[in-house]
Parts: sequence; structure tokens; C-alpha cells
Amino acid sequence: MKTTTMTQGTKRQLRNSTSLGQTIRNSLTMAYRGLLKIRRTPEQLFDVTLQPIIFTLMFTYIFGGAISGDIQSYLPVIIPGILVQTVITTSVVTGTQLREDMDKGVFDRFKSLPIARIAPLAGALLADTVRYTIATVLTFSMGFLMGYRPEGGLGHVAIAALLVIVCAWAISWIFAFFGVIARTASSVQGISMIILFPLTFLSNAFVSADTMPNWLQWFVKINPISHLVTAVRDLANNGTVGWDLIASLLGAAVIVAIFAPITVRAYMRRT
Amino acid sequence: MGFESRKLPNNGDWAVEAQGLIKNFGDNRAVDGVDLNVRAGSIYGVLGPNGAGKTTTIRMLATLLRADAGSARIFGHDVMKESQIVRQLIGVTGQYASVDESLSATENLIIFSRLLGLGRAESRKKAMELLEEFDLTEAAKRPLKNFSGGMRRRLDLAASLIAQPPLLFLDEPTTGLDPRTRNQMWDTIRRLVNSGSTVLLTTQYLQEADELADRIAVIDHGRVVAEGTVNELKSSVGTSSLQLSIQDDKDLEVARRKVEEVLKVKSVVSPEGSRITAPMADADLVTDLLISFRQSGIQLAELSVQKPTLDEVFLSITESSKGQHEPSSVESSGGMKG
Repeated sequence: MKTTTMTQGTKRQLRNSTSLGQTIRNSLTMAYRGLLKIRRTPEQLFDVTLQPIIFTLMFTYIFGGAISGDIQSYLPVIIPGILVQTVITTSVVTGTQLREDMDKGVFDRFKSLPIARIAPLAGALLADTVRYTIATVLTFSMGFLMGYRPEGGLGHVAIAALLVIVCAWAISWIFAFFGVIARTASSVQGISMIILFPLTFLSNAFVSADTMPNWLQWFVKINPISHLVTAVRDLANNGTVGWDLIASLLGAAVIVAIFAPITVRAYMRRT
Repeated sequence: MGFESRKLPNNGDWAVEAQGLIKNFGDNRAVDGVDLNVRAGSIYGVLGPNGAGKTTTIRMLATLLRADAGSARIFGHDVMKESQIVRQLIGVTGQYASVDESLSATENLIIFSRLLGLGRAESRKKAMELLEEFDLTEAAKRPLKNFSGGMRRRLDLAASLIAQPPLLFLDEPTTGLDPRTRNQMWDTIRRLVNSGSTVLLTTQYLQEADELADRIAVIDHGRVVAEGTVNELKSSVGTSSLQLSIQDDKDLEVARRKVEEVLKVKSVVSPEGSRITAPMADADLVTDLLISFRQSGIQLAELSVQKPTLDEVFLSITESSKGQHEPSSVESSGGMKG
């Protein structure tokens, strides 16, 4: 028997299943790949850097006087709202990038390796939390520069930031699913925006729901985005934790529980 | 230990055993009942034109695609039921490079090594080793966008070797490479097999199969239309082929009949016009053919003799399978030697 390089390969134990530890290690390696890619192509970060700056300035100065009387008193309303809107919108990019990435040959190699099936997806989504973090920090910083002083203190602001990042990560599974089943990246963008636009604007993110017609109030109140915005306002402005925080986390967990398995299944079925 | 673990249950000496693989894409049946048996330690060539089903077959064997029907085993392990085990035994190098374009060569190899369970330091060491072995050290830090086709293929192959898999799938490993790089790739493939690996490669070039493969399967329209050693396959079309250009298109049918009569072989008329190609086993018979042309007043425009190419092997095999409505084996067209 010729035993030089190749036969050594069969010495390892052969197992037909992937352990949880391996799944986590594989996902972290894939996240590392995502970070390297971001470092190589920093222009990918334009959206998460410019959008928070422009939107925060724009919406505050357009609506501030009309809604809250002056800019200063509008800031506690708009900053949590714009934060949630910006970060959630950013999570769409996860889906479009996943679609582009999957069309490349390298995904064939990932599929042919004995790694956890979920790792290429989980890794990509994990790496994108960096994008959400950048968007979050920039939005709060812009607010601070414009005079926003959250009453809840730095600790609660940090928890609020973490909450938004976790929820954005959960929601990105929805767009990852579109990314896996869609034919092109631009169609992912299209579907996602049709869903996101009503969801983020028909909420309490920019204005209080009180002035809206009844039927719209009903929708705004059940809209999960409203719960997330309220949870962030409670944390940042009052330092309190309420039902909305629990609702947001529950919602996030439900989304992951539904979309992570179907996304992985679609990913495995797709050729 | 290495020897024992290689002796997997009931696998005998087969690296690949596939029966009746079928894959449909919509209405199009890309693979239509392919059987393949590849002996461990050999190089097996799958030969066929674009769209014949070569890549689809490889993708099914490499667990990348689920077959609609049929079964396949890799070293005795079922590709569907034991896919994660199969993935531990194979390396796949695609037609297009399956490496990350936006990263450097080193980063690519480190990430694949980490995914395969090597530690941080081990991964770095492995990457360096492979870069050196494949002559990529100088370019290691550059982004792949600036890599030539040959460098990309080498990196791709290097990435497939990290886990030292006993079976390698190479999908058209040299398509688009210049002759020098192609020869280097061939040397690398031979070296791999000498170190105990089994290689299943697809190619469009008879010459490549000729250089490398111990056995060849010719695939067309998703079916294996011929299977055998390189020599068996070549002798089926004669050692060389005779190419005749006829001056007057009107004489084409007559000329063709004469060729088949005198040389006692099947001939092929090239689609682009008045050229007849026929296997030439016995050069002496060509004299008779030329005399008979002169007697019938057929004017030749050009006459040449060519070594067999994939075209001839292929056309002659597919022609005869069309005529007989059954997959022709190499032997069934052996009459050409007469």
C-alpha cells in the first residue's frame, strides 16, 4: 500500500453528523470570512455609514418643529425611531449579498466540505452584526452631536443598542431566506423593500400613533417595529424595561425559529 | 491503521460505484441513467462535449446535487444517506474556480483549513506548505482578482488537497489553460495518484484523457455511450482518420458510399460541408479508394490524415448509437478495424 500523503486522510474517524461545537466553530470561521471580506471591500459600508448620518439630520430638521414643537424635544422620539429603521433596513443587504455570494463558485466548495450546513449562512449573518453595530453607534453619535442626551444613561443606551442589533440579526434571517430562494440580488432588494417600507413607516418610529385614523392605529400597535421602537425609547429615555422589550425579544426568537430552518433547507436544496 | 480504515465495508476496491443516476432540470433530462465504476487508485476520465451531463454527474457524486433516481457510493458510503461521511473522503475542484475572489490566496487556504478543523497555527502552516507546493508563494498576499487562470486553478486544486482526500473530483481541470500550465496541471494530477489518491476528472479533450486516464467513459446526452481503456476507445475509430474534401458537392453521397465500401468503415460528413471523415485502420486500402474515386470521376479538393480526435471518437460512437438505438460499447464498433 502506498502510504504517503493521501491515505492519511482516511485515518480520521468518519462521522455522518455534525456536533454543536463544530457547528459553532464552523459558523465563527465563516463569520471571520465575512469580516475579511468587509475589510477588503470597505465600500460595502457606505450604506451603514451614510444612511444614519443623512436620515438623522433630514428627519429631525424636517419633522422636529412640526411634531414636537422644536428640534430638542423631537430628538428622544426620532433617534430611537431612526435607529430601528436604519438598522433594520441594513439587514436587507444581508440577503442581497448572500445571493451574490452564493452565485460564486466558492459556495460549491463550502457545500462539498464536511462542515455544518448552517455555517455559511450563520457566518454571513453573524459578520453582518458588525454593520448593524456601525449603524447603531453612528445614529446615537449623530443624535448626541445634535443635542440628544438620553436620560437612561450610557448603560441603558448600550442595552438598547444591543437589543436593536439582536433584533436586526433575527430579522436578517427573513432576508437571508429571500436571498436563498431568489434568482437575482436585485429581486431580493425589491421584495424586501416592499415589505420593509410599510413596516417601518406604519409604526410609531417618526410620529406618535395618536393622530392617525383608528384602523391605522390598530396596525401601528401590532406592528413589531413599534414594539422595538418603544422598547428602545423606554431604555434610552427612561432607563426602564417594559413589556415591549420582552415582546421584541420574543418576536426575534420566533423569527429565527421559523426562518433559520427553512432558509437552511432552501439553501441545501438549491443547486 | 491507515490501511484498515481504507478498507471500508463492502467497498472492495471501488472508489466510486454509481448506478442509473438520473437528474432532470425542468423538462430537460441532464443525466439519463449514468453508471460509473472507478477503481481506487486510478485516474478515471469522463469525456464529452459541453452540456453532455459531465458536470451534473460530478455534482451528484460530490453531494452537491441530489439525484432524481439511481444510487451512488463513494468508498462504499451512500452519497445521499451518508453525505457528511462522503464529504470527508472527497475533494472537489470545479470548472470555475471554487475559491473566494475577494480574499487572498493565503486567506482562502486558511479559511478552508479552519473549516476542516485545523487549529490556527496548523492552518497557517498548511497554507504555507500548499502555496509553496503549488508555486504560489509570491502571489500569496495579492487579491485573487489579479490571478491568472492557471494560478487560480492551482489554488483551487491546493484547496481541495487540504484534507488529503482519498478521492478527488476535477471538473475540466485544464479548460482554458495555456499548454505549459496544462502540462504542469497534468504533472500535479499524476503525482497525486502516485501518492495513493483516486482521481475522477472530466474533460472535453481526448488528448487529456489520453495523457492521464486509465479508463474513460464517453458521455453524450446524459448517457454513457462508451466505456473502456484509452486504447480500446481509440482503436474503435482506427488509429488515424482520413479526411477528404470533395470539389463538387453533388459527388458527396457517391464519395461517401465509396469510402464505406472500400475502407469497410462508417464515415462522417462534417456539418459545415463537403468533408468526409473516416477512420483509417489500414493505410494500404486508401490506394484502392483513390483509384475508385478516379474511376468514378470524383474530384478531390484536399486529402489529409489525422490522428484521432475527440470529434472522431465521439461522432463515430454517437453515430452508431443512433443507428442501432442502443448504447454502443467499444467492442460493437470494432468492425472498423477490418
